Amino acid sequence: MRNQQHTQLIFELSRPGRRAHRLPPLDVPAVTLTDLIPVDALAESPPPLPELAEGDVVRHFTNLSTLNMSVDTHFYPLGSCTMKYNPKRNERLASLPGLVDVHPLQPDSTVQGLLGLLYEMQYLLGEISGLPGVSLQPAAGAHGELTALMVAAAYFRHRGEHRPVVLTADSAHGTNPASASMAGLETRPVKSNSKGMVDLADLKSKLSESTAVFMLTNPNTLGLFDSQILEITQAVHDVGALVYLDGANMNAILGISRPGDFGADLMHYNPHKTFSGPHGGGGPGAGPICVRDFLTDFLPSPLIVLEDGRYRLDNDRPLSIGRVRSFFGNVGVLVRAYCYIRSHGGDGLRRVSEDAVLGANYLLSRVKHFLDVPHGDRCMHEFVATASRLKKEKGLTAMDLAKRLLDYGFHAPTVYFPLIVPESVMVEPTETESKETLDAFAAALFRITDEAADLVHEAPHSTRISRPDEVQAARNPVMRWTTDE
Amino acid sequence: MNPNELLYAASHEWAHIAVENGVKVATIGISAFAVQQLNDLVYMDLPEVGKKLAVGDEFGEVESVKAVSPLYSPVAGEITAVNTELPDHLERLGDDPYGSGWVIKVRLSDESALSQLMDFAAYEKQCAAEG
Amino acid sequence: MYFFHTDEDRRQMLAAIGAESIDQILSDQVPDNVRMKRSLELGPSLTEIELERELRRVAARNISPATHVCFLGGGAYDHFIPAAVDAIASRGEFYTSYTPYQAEVSQGNLQVMFEYETLITQITGLDVSNASLYDGGSGAVEAVLMALAVSKDRNKVVTTGTVHPEYRQTLATYLEGIPATVVTAEPAEDGTAGDILSLIDSSTACVLIQHPNFFGRLEDVAKIAEAAHAAGALLIQVFDPVSTGLLKRPGDLGADIAVAEGQGLGNPLAFGGPYLGIMACRQELVRRLPGRIAGQTVDRRGKRCWVLTLQTREQHIRRDKATSNICSNQTLLALRATIHLSLLGPQGLKETAEQCLQKTAYAKQGFASSERFEVPMMGPTFKEFVVRDKAGDVDGLMEYALQQGQLAGIPLGRWYPELSDCFLVAVTEQRTRNEIDSLVRILSAAPAPGVTAGA
Repeated sequence: MRNQQHTQLIFELSRPGRRAHRLPPLDVPAVTLTDLIPVDALAESPPPLPELAEGDVVRHFTNLSTLNMSVDTHFYPLGSCTMKYNPKRNERLASLPGLVDVHPLQPDSTVQGLLGLLYEMQYLLGEISGLPGVSLQPAAGAHGELTALMVAAAYFRHRGEHRPVVLTADSAHGTNPASASMAGLETRPVKSNSKGMVDLADLKSKLSESTAVFMLTNPNTLGLFDSQILEITQAVHDVGALVYLDGANMNAILGISRPGDFGADLMHYNPHKTFSGPHGGGGPGAGPICVRDFLTDFLPSPLIVLEDGRYRLDNDRPLSIGRVRSFFGNVGVLVRAYCYIRSHGGDGLRRVSEDAVLGANYLLSRVKHFLDVPHGDRCMHEFVATASRLKKEKGLTAMDLAKRLLDYGFHAPTVYFPLIVPESVMVEPTETESKETLDAFAAALFRITDEAADLVHEAPHSTRISRPDEVQAARNPVMRWTTDE
Repeated sequence: MNPNELLYAASHEWAHIAVENGVKVATIGISAFAVQQLNDLVYMDLPEVGKKLAVGDEFGEVESVKAVSPLYSPVAGEITAVNTELPDHLERLGDDPYGSGWVIKVRLSDESALSQLMDFAAYEKQCAAEG
Repeated sequence: MYFFHTDEDRRQMLAAIGAESIDQILSDQVPDNVRMKRSLELGPSLTEIELERELRRVAARNISPATHVCFLGGGAYDHFIPAAVDAIASRGEFYTSYTPYQAEVSQGNLQVMFEYETLITQITGLDVSNASLYDGGSGAVEAVLMALAVSKDRNKVVTTGTVHPEYRQTLATYLEGIPATVVTAEPAEDGTAGDILSLIDSSTACVLIQHPNFFGRLEDVAKIAEAAHAAGALLIQVFDPVSTGLLKRPGDLGADIAVAEGQGLGNPLAFGGPYLGIMACRQELVRRLPGRIAGQTVDRRGKRCWVLTLQTREQHIRRDKATSNICSNQTLLALRATIHLSLLGPQGLKETAEQCLQKTAYAKQGFASSERFEVPMMGPTFKEFVVRDKAGDVDGLMEYALQQGQLAGIPLGRWYPELSDCFLVAVTEQRTRNEIDSLVRILSAAPAPGVTAGA
């Protein structure tokens, strides 16, 4: 049933002279091109784009779409990514003409509805985090990290303090140290202890007057809420440094514990995770940040302010770090997140986290009988198992399990992250999966551990392709289609 | 070169010391054990001739699909030669790690650190512990 | 709300876990002194009917190019988006999937990324493209960071006031913590780059220009590229993807890195985002290219397929030494651009560019022959141009046009105090002769300062 022809590359479907989009006749007097543009700026011919009929294009991309696993079609327990159901109503509402068609440089007076919504969004995010200063500008979680580090750096510069060092947990996302480098700061890792939490002694030994920020994920990437959180944030504050919370795991603590209440000074959200903005095949996300009052002046410009009942974009903020991108932010993603938050209200959001924690613990209770879970019997919204024993006993790796799960119709969990657990399998079921789905997933995983090693090692067997040769792809990278192929 | 006669750093580089035109020159490469651990190398980044290295300085890196391993200099001195063919023939690192898989040559400026390097027996012990 | 569990499900799940309640699971882990003791104050939960009512009310309070005729540009344009773009991009298999970590079940997304990258090399004339960055502004900065990393000992960035002001502001923000300096040439009277060549020297890592530039004017890219290369610096060109239907491409003009805002390729205006950061470069620079890249390979059975490649550049592997911190990108927007370019084809792109050019020339002529206005920056433009109000009342003019149903232009004074009597007008292929005529007529008829409207 697969349509092989229309999953060829679009360039291979091209036929000279075929076309889809047409323009109305030019209704202004045509001037000779060379009277408008100097000859040496003009191209001899337009770019060699493929030539296709509209039907070609639609069939091609529709067929390609069927080669993806997605939340709409499959259980997608990709740890750390919060692949929850993406409500259809949010898509429709974010596409209302008065929202999706607005030009970013319209006068404030013409976008009072949208500015009002975004202003309210600033409040909602501040209330959920307990950190009242909010910038909606960053385009993704990593962009939010970088922005917040720039805010922290500006704050210390303003105070005349030289603090060039950022501490990150060794279980942190790679974006943490990468963001620190981009902000011109130097990264030092802090160890995790045997329980998978921050090694407080190691943290304290690395904190000093030159520490700017400790970047922390809580619950951490093992799915554990750090029980020493107040001691950690206190120790950081004792040396005059700031605590940054990587909000990747906010889905575990909505209405249960607020970063501002446990000592974080700055944080980012991933609305595409926590607030169901879809992941878009890799993006767009958004990365709004929240900070304590004393850092608000340093947030990127503009912020939305309310004056005499009118909303206004405020660019006149002398201490601001400036902009971190063009225009306001990833508004389309923020509108979806707004819809999600308003659909739930405060108690509803708490129930989101409660059910996310319930689902993860339930799955953990099923899985731990046949896969080791090194860090305890309980978790928050996700847990990290390890295939180390299977590797020793049968030669099966985390990657093998992941690939074989695809044959059973499940997207794979995150594997080989966090780095501190060997052969790690990181499972985040989210609150929008039924008990039946979790049972079926656990049963499949169990069955795989019992299957012949060769069968699993050669998996997947039922997908469009078998395992790709990544070595060849990296050794001799082919990054575009060329005619001489 | 005979692996038994080389010196080794804990970070898995080997060094062979010889006298060329009256000065001591170290030929440096990556041990067979390390290459095997890294499996399926896809890329290599090399330094330029003339670069000065202290002991432990990073002088290049090798990459597999999902890992990057820096190369650290086991000796101090100035780079006099670089095996520029190597990035296009990464298989030599595995096939002939102590011969055509050599990486750089360094004219020694200070020999005091050589005594810190391991001989083959000591290095084999380390590999056994890691492996 | 989108919950699944019935009370009975919860009971069974808790029993399997061996916990009395969800609260007990939480109390075991979250210390009591950091537990929230009240409900979040976010208002009541809204049903779909209530939410739709509220959002429609919000949307109705905005005017937009859907209600008014749009002559706004400045980096975001009212280009037409074919229906097939929306139809395909709204398929859940695309928009509810994520980064293709498992290539076997992501061939759709990976092939789209590969096709996108190829299309971007086709419109830039460069060798390699990544799979997207956030937007044009942060993309321009990433290009500068890339150039700084490539030319290790050089820390000077040369640019000009004709590059989008928000891109330059973004650059200034990013470079605050980094040992690099920006020098900016004053734009020339005619709205081109000014004396940028004299700023280029042996400490220059890169030269950042925009062509067509922020004022819609064309720059002498080849000459600037030549000067940059002679000094050992890289040339970064911010370009307009639509312009490549007519104009020589960045790679043909000598650019080493090309970046663009890809909004105009099938992506809605959406008040500034999500947009699409386009970036392409010469082959030699690929190891410093930020962002995801899809590459072609074969599977175990020898079948052609696609994977994420050159991942050692990225944050999840190289961490603090990565080429960038970018993780989530703008794949869905890149998909839309891929569909859009596939629908346009070479002829559609060419005709779109031609209509922008011709209609812009027509509008420019209209303003030039009006008594109240002049077109101060004489010379070729692509799809936008600067108009000076001799009466010096840009805000009043814009407000007046608004009342007449037009988003007439972007006042320039906020970025260029010396141009506070000027505004920027953009004309896309969507504008008609009638709309352009009305724009000129309405603005020409607007009351001058001191005279109240209707008097």
